[in-house]
Amino acid sequence: MPRPDKDDPGAARQAPPRRKHPRGHAPGDPRNIGWLYILPGLLFYGLFTLAPLIHTVYLSLFSWDGLTAKTWVGLANYGEAIRDSVLRSAFVHSAVLIGFYAVIPVMIGLLLTAALTRTKVRGFRFFRTTLFLPQLIAGVVIAQAFAWVYDANGPLNRLLDLLGLGSLVRPWLGDFTWALPSIGVIGSWVTFGLCMVLFVAGVQKIPLELYDAARVDGAGAFREFFAVTLPGLRNEILVAFVLTTINALRSFDIIYNTTAGGPGNTTIVPSMYMYQNAFLFNRVGYAAAIATVLALAIFILAAIMLRIGERSEER
Amino acid sequence: MRAGRSEQIGTYVVLGTFAIIAIYPVLSIFFLALHTRSDLVTGFAFPTHPNLSSFKAAWTEGRFTTGYESSFIVAATVTAVSAVLSTLMGYAFGTMRFFGDRVVFPIVLLGIIFPYEATVIPLYYDFQNVPLLHWNLLNTYWALILPQIGQSVAFGAFWMRAFFRSVPRSLIEAARIDGATSFGVLWRVLVPQAMPAVMTMSVLVFVYTWNEFLLALVLVSGSQSHQTAPLGLSFFAGAARAGDPTKVAAAAMLVALPIVLVYLFLQRHFVRGMLGGAIKE
Repeated sequence: MPRPDKDDPGAARQAPPRRKHPRGHAPGDPRNIGWLYILPGLLFYGLFTLAPLIHTVYLSLFSWDGLTAKTWVGLANYGEAIRDSVLRSAFVHSAVLIGFYAVIPVMIGLLLTAALTRTKVRGFRFFRTTLFLPQLIAGVVIAQAFAWVYDANGPLNRLLDLLGLGSLVRPWLGDFTWALPSIGVIGSWVTFGLCMVLFVAGVQKIPLELYDAARVDGAGAFREFFAVTLPGLRNEILVAFVLTTINALRSFDIIYNTTAGGPGNTTIVPSMYMYQNAFLFNRVGYAAAIATVLALAIFILAAIMLRIGERSEER
Repeated sequence: MRAGRSEQIGTYVVLGTFAIIAIYPVLSIFFLALHTRSDLVTGFAFPTHPNLSSFKAAWTEGRFTTGYESSFIVAATVTAVSAVLSTLMGYAFGTMRFFGDRVVFPIVLLGIIFPYEATVIPLYYDFQNVPLLHWNLLNTYWALILPQIGQSVAFGAFWMRAFFRSVPRSLIEAARIDGATSFGVLWRVLVPQAMPAVMTMSVLVFVYTWNEFLLALVLVSGSQSHQTAPLGLSFFAGAARAGDPTKVAAAAMLVALPIVLVYLFLQRHFVRGMLGGAIKE
């Protein structure tokens, strides 16, 4: 199998290699002085990440406007969350966004990887630099870029005009039907480069003999991809799904800065709805309940995916 | 290779197409930013006579002197402090066994998965009136720096632990036999070797902190003099997008510029960091 020039995906994998240690044991002799080293960092983590997380759960048990005294309401906020049709649609939108943030980028990433493994590509570095770029741009900036791309007078509508598809021209982010898919496409754009780079690095670890064997068997490009590349990338695909799904569920910056949940509530997502409840509607307790549900959803999804990964590995 | 010529061309077409897709949205507002409002741009907006006046206007009207200053102060502080704290934590988790380490490390790992979105509500109220101390830290740099250090050390400890585990044990043991203290081992023996790993981690933390939006929106939007560049852009865009998209485009470019420059110079760190971090999870 041809490999992109040596400096590249290999270098990506040079990240500190692991040594084998007996399962579950950190190396080194027992030294309680370790506490001294972790204490300062743990203090920041505990005070400013862990404690607020727990505090959120606590606040979710109250009815509170942020100003006057809190009233204990037990699980009433969660009861309301279950009945709230806006919150339900926020989670439905998240599910749609997972399709755009996770499924599509993984497909594109695999397509690009398949293309890269078949031939020697000159300028691989250039392609990688370019494809990876969206990953690093601030959400606020991406929002401005796509607000222009989707603008009534923007490049996308002009392109449709040129292609004779004038009937499709519309202000995409202001359209009740198209706003959500338009946001989704932004997510696909952000993450597909990450998926590709992840997969290309993974392909480097697939033994060359497998490809040789496939070729001796007369496998063509497609058979080779499905018989060798795809199974070999199982772990990377899983990681890509976990990362991009978490991204999809958390997406706030892009939505806040393009549609702010509108038009109507057609692009509302849980984080946006949480923000609105906490800081615009003064329903702090309910917002905390939404935040808790969101955190739980992310945790459960990540756990399920990693579990599936473990199981497929055992097989 | 055996792949035929047509297949090779196909590869370049596919890669080229997606490279254009990846770059175009950014390029499109760059083009837009090179115009002025009076050009009445529509469509592809290729700049025939590029003009930097929108950038100048965006700099002043979008308060970028303050925005850059705030973002640099916050990002640099968070990066430096969390680099030190993460190195210390990684050293302990990677080379020592101590009481409770197997409970504490997974708890730290949780910080990577859990969304910080779920922490902003109490952060807002607790910074408004810090428990016991009764300080008001809202609309100060502290409000951005402290939580982001907390989040960064979770990833940092995990990243540095992986590095310290990869160091040959003999190196550490030799130094100990020579009488080095545990801090001496870290400072004189390991830190010099850890620099590339620390660098990669720092680059990522800097970028995440620079790009951060929700915390800034919630915790410092009441003070113009503490607004970060992304928050300034968001406010400026809200006020000016309808009136003059060229200025908003220029402002967006100004927010992205430092990160794009860092990326072009330190590319390898980005790719290594994101892949290393991702795969080890």
